[in-house]
Amino acid sequence: MDTLVAALRSLLPADSVITDPVRLRTYECDGLTYHRATPGVVVLPGTAEQVAQVVRLCNEHGVPFVARGSGTGLSGGALPREDGVLIVTSKMRAILEIDLDDRRAVVEPGVTNLAITEAVRDRGYYYAPDPSSQQVCSIGGNVAENSGGAHCLKYGFTVNHVEACEIVTPDGDLVTLDRMDPGYDLLGAFIGSEGTLGIATKITVRLCRAPEAVTTVLAAFESIEQGGQAVSAIIGAGIVPAAIEMMDALAIEAAEAAVACSYPAGAGAVLIVELDGPAAEVERQFAQLREICANAFELRVAADPAERAAIWKGRKSAFAAVGRISPAYIVQDGVVPRTSLPAVLAAIDRLSAEHDIRVANVFHAGDGNLHPLVLFDDAEPGAGERAEVVSGAILDLCIEHGGSITGEHGVGVDKSRYMPKMFSEDDLDTMQLVRCAFDPQGLANPGKVFPTPRLCGEVPGVRKGVHPLVESGKAEQF
Amino acid sequence: MTVREAGPGDAVNGVRPRWVALPETVGEIAAVLRAGAEQDLAVVPTGGGTKLHWGPPPERCDVLLDLCCMNEILEHAAGDLVVRAQAGVTMDALAGMLAAKGQELALDVPFTEGTTVGGTLAASLPGPRSFRYGTARDLLIGITVVLPDGTIACSGGKVVKNVAGYDLGKLFTGSYGTLGVIAEATFRLHPLPADRRWVVAELDRAEVAPVAARLAASQAEPSAVEVDWPDPGGPLTLAALVEGTAAEARAGALRELIGGGSPTTEQPSWWGLIERDEVLVELRFLPKDTAAVLDAVAGTGLALRGSAVSGRVLLEARGALTEDELAAAVARLRERARAHVLAAPYDGLDRWGRVSGLPLMRRVKERFDPGRRMSPGRFVGGI
Ligand SMILES: Cc1cc2nc3c(=O)[nH]c(=O)nc-3n(C[C@H](O)[C@H](O)[C@H](O)COP(=O)(O)OP(=O)(O)OC[C@H]3O[C@@H](n4cnc5c(N)ncnc54)[C@H](O)[C@@H]3O)c2cc1C
Ligand SMILES: Cc1cc2nc3c(=O)[nH]c(=O)nc-3n(C[C@H](O)[C@H](O)[C@H](O)COP(=O)(O)OP(=O)(O)OC[C@H]3O[C@@H](n4cnc5c(N)ncnc54)[C@H](O)[C@@H]3O)c2cc1C
Repeated sequence: MDTLVAALRSLLPADSVITDPVRLRTYECDGLTYHRATPGVVVLPGTAEQVAQVVRLCNEHGVPFVARGSGTGLSGGALPREDGVLIVTSKMRAILEIDLDDRRAVVEPGVTNLAITEAVRDRGYYYAPDPSSQQVCSIGGNVAENSGGAHCLKYGFTVNHVEACEIVTPDGDLVTLDRMDPGYDLLGAFIGSEGTLGIATKITVRLCRAPEAVTTVLAAFESIEQGGQAVSAIIGAGIVPAAIEMMDALAIEAAEAAVACSYPAGAGAVLIVELDGPAAEVERQFAQLREICANAFELRVAADPAERAAIWKGRKSAFAAVGRISPAYIVQDGVVPRTSLPAVLAAIDRLSAEHDIRVANVFHAGDGNLHPLVLFDDAEPGAGERAEVVSGAILDLCIEHGGSITGEHGVGVDKSRYMPKMFSEDDLDTMQLVRCAFDPQGLANPGKVFPTPRLCGEVPGVRKGVHPLVESGKAEQF
Repeated sequence: MTVREAGPGDAVNGVRPRWVALPETVGEIAAVLRAGAEQDLAVVPTGGGTKLHWGPPPERCDVLLDLCCMNEILEHAAGDLVVRAQAGVTMDALAGMLAAKGQELALDVPFTEGTTVGGTLAASLPGPRSFRYGTARDLLIGITVVLPDGTIACSGGKVVKNVAGYDLGKLFTGSYGTLGVIAEATFRLHPLPADRRWVVAELDRAEVAPVAARLAASQAEPSAVEVDWPDPGGPLTLAALVEGTAAEARAGALRELIGGGSPTTEQPSWWGLIERDEVLVELRFLPKDTAAVLDAVAGTGLALRGSAVSGRVLLEARGALTEDELAAAVARLRERARAHVLAAPYDGLDRWGRVSGLPLMRRVKERFDPGRRMSPGRFVGGI
């Protein structure tokens, strides 16, 4: 490590290599604060070439590296290695090119998601994927996590909006993956790989034209079942809204306590439906929506951007808001087929009662992406453990119903142990073939996504005990 | 499972296999590939066989793995807008079943006769509406593949939102059968649009780029803007499509942007169609280069069809074209666009042009198919 640090210092300006223990501590976790590790060294490269040189040095020294954007990840993906280098992209924040004729922008990885939209908004364009963390999260982190947002029901995820990426491969080559080039869709494989296949250093995103009309509706229902039925009816009517979000009574209570969003009193569930597109289209869909929501006891329609923001305010602050009604909480992220929502929500209710743990439900109803907030009092002995049991059982429910253990927050370190529940050993081994092609040395963000995978080059088969190469210190298992 | 001796009609771009195997289950595909691995047999998968002549001939081919018997639609969850189908299901059969439920897979696969789910994925050519809905890789949410050693692997699943693990579906989409066999696929669906309108106009070549730019930026949101230029030198037809309950009103808006044209509920007869593909060249370019690309095509004598807004068109040779003529045309086109020769009966051509990630692609191929038994030599860089 010491020789590596010396080499890094000769490569980068003095303020771009951090070894001071106090400063290192600021990087010890991402948005998931209960996994912590102090990085061996932190570097802040300013150019792609510098990233490549750092990665090459890591290869020479056989030292693992982890990329970090804004550190808002919720699965511990950017958790550093104590024996490794943390490569932070916060100095790479230039918007390199905006080309509205081709509806694309070329940006450095540290640029925040919202900065892209802000750069083109007054010319009538925007960048579609909009995670709730969009003010701070980096586009590089979005690429790594294949992030989504409330509007991905209609507009898709990061992978549907990235045209090209320049990456530094785990062995330090600068390679461009471009949808214009023929060949394997390595860009598609890279996006969502959580920093295990290399580091994105330049990203070309697609820009969307702002829609002609946007109508945002808040519908309040007596029960979560009624809200769920409305969601099914909307989809059944052939409407694809930009977003359909749902909150249950406890989540509404939390939002109310935090931001006084004045959602209709006494609602068992509120639904936020946003329609967008050509004005004539939106108008007709809205007429249909009104009929579908006939049994809502209140229907609010935002007439202008301020009213729209007011409707979204409660939803957008829901995660932070639960802090007001509970000393501690776990944010879960799982997906079920939309038609299983009623059964799964009922089962979550039962789990909650059984373990005496409150669960607030806030979710992207259109995609079946649940974000149950599992509430507990960390001062109460055993409560944290019970909350973890409930949180884990919710993931089991998702798998049971044919869903996924993560819809947008990624696997990271947090959920790698759930991967074998969702995928067979053969599935995971096959994914490792991709990993080994990109990263034969296993240096890129090791320990994330996959539970102790095989070594590259090892023949699949039954494994028992510690691998001899690992035991002899000749190889590391990642 | 049926295994028969191959006949002359089973040749893959001129290379005759020894056997044709027709598996009926994923397990049988695995059995064929395992046997192939034991005996070092080269395998080429096929669905409808409509484009087996695309790409260079395989270096060797012992078994043609015909997926036509894997033709079951396994699950249609209408309320979830999701369908899971075996690779050999024809796009026609799939579309018919979905239409009966008011839904569609928003991929245009125009020459539908026999075209299969697996072949559509493995070739992954974007159709007209990819401008709005994306290509096959964007609509695929889960996949089951069989690797050259017989391993059966899944990735993704049957929910639209899923970021667990690597997306093998992306990797296999557009892999031309060189990594393994696609056995099953799960797609996200869309409701069938309530109404469709095309606005069709005749334009001069110079008008295309500005009209396309206006349409692409339009809040009337066309689903597709296609051009048909059968005889570069002659007139050019542009057709723009809008879909939805207000299609009629929006078609009016398109007409204004185009500066004329007639709205119709009839799909133009040439829409998304390729008539002759003995020679077929794909061009990809940035929309702002549209005018320059049209100028370059004008000199080649190739007929053009494709999207004026996505920067993707196909060129076909209506008449005879020698290898030298084609090579000269492609060289000229490469000054303006990426040009890929998808089909040509010649050996000496540089079919793919620049491929920036080629070393990484080779490494992926080596990991998945170390014995080079899957469609060897059929893809970029001789992969
Ligand atoms: C309040 C809150 C709300 C959120 N809402 C959403 C939401 O609605 N939707 C959603 O999808 N997510 C959401 N997230 C999660 C998080 O914001 C996203 O995952 C985001 O994409 C992470 O970006 P980041 O720059 O913070 O990445 P980091 O946390 O720094 O890193 C995340 C992962 O990306 C890797 N990485 C970072 N940069 C690069 C790079 N340049 N190249 C390769 N790998 C890289 C890291 O190694 C790590 O594995 C939310 C988080 C918070 C705290
Ligand atoms: C002229 C022309 C224009 C086209 N334009 C469009 C278009 O606009 N939009 C569009 O969506 N499609 C388009 N296509 C693609 C069309 O849908 C193809 O005919 C179809 O993709 C091939 O299906 P097939 O079942 O006949 O495949 P085949 O011809 O049998 O095989 C095609 C390729 O895929 C491989 N393959 C086949 N099945 C599998 C499998 N299960 N696993 C792995 N590899 C496999 C084969 O080895 C071969 O390399 C076009 C095709 C042609 C010929």
